[in-house]
Amino acid sequence: MAAFDEMTLPDGKAREVYRRLARWLDGAPSELLSSRRNQAELLFRRIGITFAVYGDKDATERLIPFDLVPRIFAREEWRRLEQGLVQRVRALNMFLADVYGARDILRAGVVPSDLVYRNPHYRPEMVGHKMPHGIYVHIAGIDIVRVDDKDFYVLEDNARTPSGVSYMLENREVMMRLFPELFHAHRVAPVENYPDALLATLRSVTPGTASADPTVVVLTPGQFNSAYYEHSFLADKLGVELVEGRDLFVRDDMVFMRTTEGPQRVDVIYRRIDDDFLDPLAFRADSTLGVPGLFGAYLAGNVTLANAVGTGVCDDKAIYTYMPEIIRFYLGEDAILRNVPTWRCREPDALAYVLDHLGELVVKEVNGSGGYGMLVGPHASKGEIRSFAAKLNDEPDKFIAQPTLPLSTCPTFSDEGISARHVDFRPFVLSGADGVRVVPGGLTRVAMKAGSLVVNSSQGGGTKDTWVIDG
Amino acid sequence: MLSRAADNLFWLARYLERADYIARVIDATQRLSALPRAYGGAGTEWESALESAGVADAFHERNKDAKADEQGVVEFLVFDAGNPSSIRNCIDLARTNARAVRTALTMEMWEGINSAWLELRRFEERRDKDCVTDLEELGRFLSFVKQTSLHFDGSSNRTMLRNDAYWFSRLGLYVERADNTARILDVKYHVLLPETEKIGGSLDYFQWTAILRAVSAHTSYHWVYRQGIQPWLVADLLILRPEMPRSLTSCYENIVRHLDSLGLSHGRQGASQRHARATLGRLENEKIETIFQSGLHEFITAFIHDNTRLGTAIAEQYLT
Repeated sequence: MAAFDEMTLPDGKAREVYRRLARWLDGAPSELLSSRRNQAELLFRRIGITFAVYGDKDATERLIPFDLVPRIFAREEWRRLEQGLVQRVRALNMFLADVYGARDILRAGVVPSDLVYRNPHYRPEMVGHKMPHGIYVHIAGIDIVRVDDKDFYVLEDNARTPSGVSYMLENREVMMRLFPELFHAHRVAPVENYPDALLATLRSVTPGTASADPTVVVLTPGQFNSAYYEHSFLADKLGVELVEGRDLFVRDDMVFMRTTEGPQRVDVIYRRIDDDFLDPLAFRADSTLGVPGLFGAYLAGNVTLANAVGTGVCDDKAIYTYMPEIIRFYLGEDAILRNVPTWRCREPDALAYVLDHLGELVVKEVNGSGGYGMLVGPHASKGEIRSFAAKLNDEPDKFIAQPTLPLSTCPTFSDEGISARHVDFRPFVLSGADGVRVVPGGLTRVAMKAGSLVVNSSQGGGTKDTWVIDG
Repeated sequence: MLSRAADNLFWLARYLERADYIARVIDATQRLSALPRAYGGAGTEWESALESAGVADAFHERNKDAKADEQGVVEFLVFDAGNPSSIRNCIDLARTNARAVRTALTMEMWEGINSAWLELRRFEERRDKDCVTDLEELGRFLSFVKQTSLHFDGSSNRTMLRNDAYWFSRLGLYVERADNTARILDVKYHVLLPETEKIGGSLDYFQWTAILRAVSAHTSYHWVYRQGIQPWLVADLLILRPEMPRSLTSCYENIVRHLDSLGLSHGRQGASQRHARATLGRLENEKIETIFQSGLHEFITAFIHDNTRLGTAIAEQYLT
């Protein structure tokens, strides 16, 4: 079955929102596109927007392939997607407040308790501590796919430290430089206010003890981290300091940064470090990235961490399967965004089915991310399937399986000219004291190889600019 | 040095600064006019661009009855030889002035200006051949203009002796820059006036960022205020903040400094020193709240007038 193409209908005509773009692409000679692609690469190099791939020694600074052909949503489509995102992230926050609070949802038996308590990202230390305004996930990246022109499916929720927003912003800047004529013809909703929205969000969740003019910082593991460019980019756009663990210290349960003018109190930390590495006194003792005593200051209510500690319990792939129930439980509404049908391998019937159908399914680790450690059945060899089956039998709890969705495709510029490639989409959802916000755009990831369904940048995927347009 | 040579240096710097500013205004206006209508595009962006460049009257005189649309305005601001402030004329005049004082310039400065002028010729030739400049070509041209002023600024800073030649070229740059900043505030003051709209939800948000972009202060804003964009802070940044290199205060600190250097070296002060110091004093004692209370528009109009008078005072004291 051919996948749904977001631009071209089966009869060869362009869908309404893509009509102008399609006409432009028809008229654009391929040399023009090649030369713009080279320009784009130069611009990205000059800006320094690079990405490190772990385990690849020669390429500590690699560019993520950028595709020139934008992905377009009509405003109506966007409105529905936005409602669904707001609903979902509100539910995620209520779920976390509950799991670390009254535990109503566990007592009601809607989500099995062991999925929470035995989750490696569950932080018992957080129980009984209230977060400012009940917000745990200040920044969420919800991965969305489409299979037709109606529904949006959530592939996974990223509630820890989702990355990629710098690509949303820089892709737009580069596109505006390279294709002014397209922007002239389209009136694309701007995304440039994302840093302001993020700053407003962070400033709205200051701890009660903060001064009227709170200090926000971005905490990075340092320049060897794969997303370091993004950390520095965001700090610059926000106008806040980019700090490493060694720049901070804790005294009397308060966090300070070392500055040329002496210690300065820090109120909100947008941290891009995993829970495990935040504080060697509380979590991994061998962490040199963190700040000793940070977690104590946090529990004392003297500093806000965004996202909160322990959010990983809601974005794992086992909890994911319960999201429709979670949304109904807290909001009394049906989920606007659909879940991909999922087999929970922890359930014996499901496991048996999955083992029988490995060749058709995608099997993922419950706690994995970045496309590591997954099996894409239709593209796996017999040997790979056999060894994966053994892993599944050993630890079925660690896996879920999903059908290989015919992800939608978008026209993409490749060496053979314009051809269809599979895409997904990660919008960024901000939750603050004053509500939930989504800027009209996000990161479209594209599998650059024909037929491939793996869009992760660590596996060679690329990105596209994403447009929301009227009409 | 010769009054005439000082005059050339003063205007050389003014023209290059103006070319840079007009390029930024066009950039910012293009962004604004490409926004969806729901974001507050009033359809008058190009008229504002003309006003920001101070050439609205000249435009309408030449293009009777014509609406200020993108193509017409860009043509007028960038390539029109009949518009004394068009970018092509600014670069052309800068080179004419530079040639006249060739020996007062360092090699690096002269080569920078001369190659910019040659590049301009190439752009114009290509344009005459194709009869039209597409947006892509325009984008390249505008970034070339910005490179040119960066090069001029950097090379004079790095290579010039600190004497009359340096001081007069700096004076030209800062008098022009103060005029530009004040003008963009004057055109946009109505979107800066306080309103009780919800923070972050204002349709004027993109107008404010356009102002900031036009004076390359978009990132600086966040470093100074560490909060979302507020109209009165945009005004504060561009009028009063000494650390913002395009603010009126910063321009006048520089003007006073360079005029003082001149006075010291000549052993004599005059009307321009007194005038500049008085203006700086007023800026330093001003608060943005007071400016808003007594009228932003009135404040800026008075400033533009004062700044023009400084230009006249410098001309009378030194350049003629």
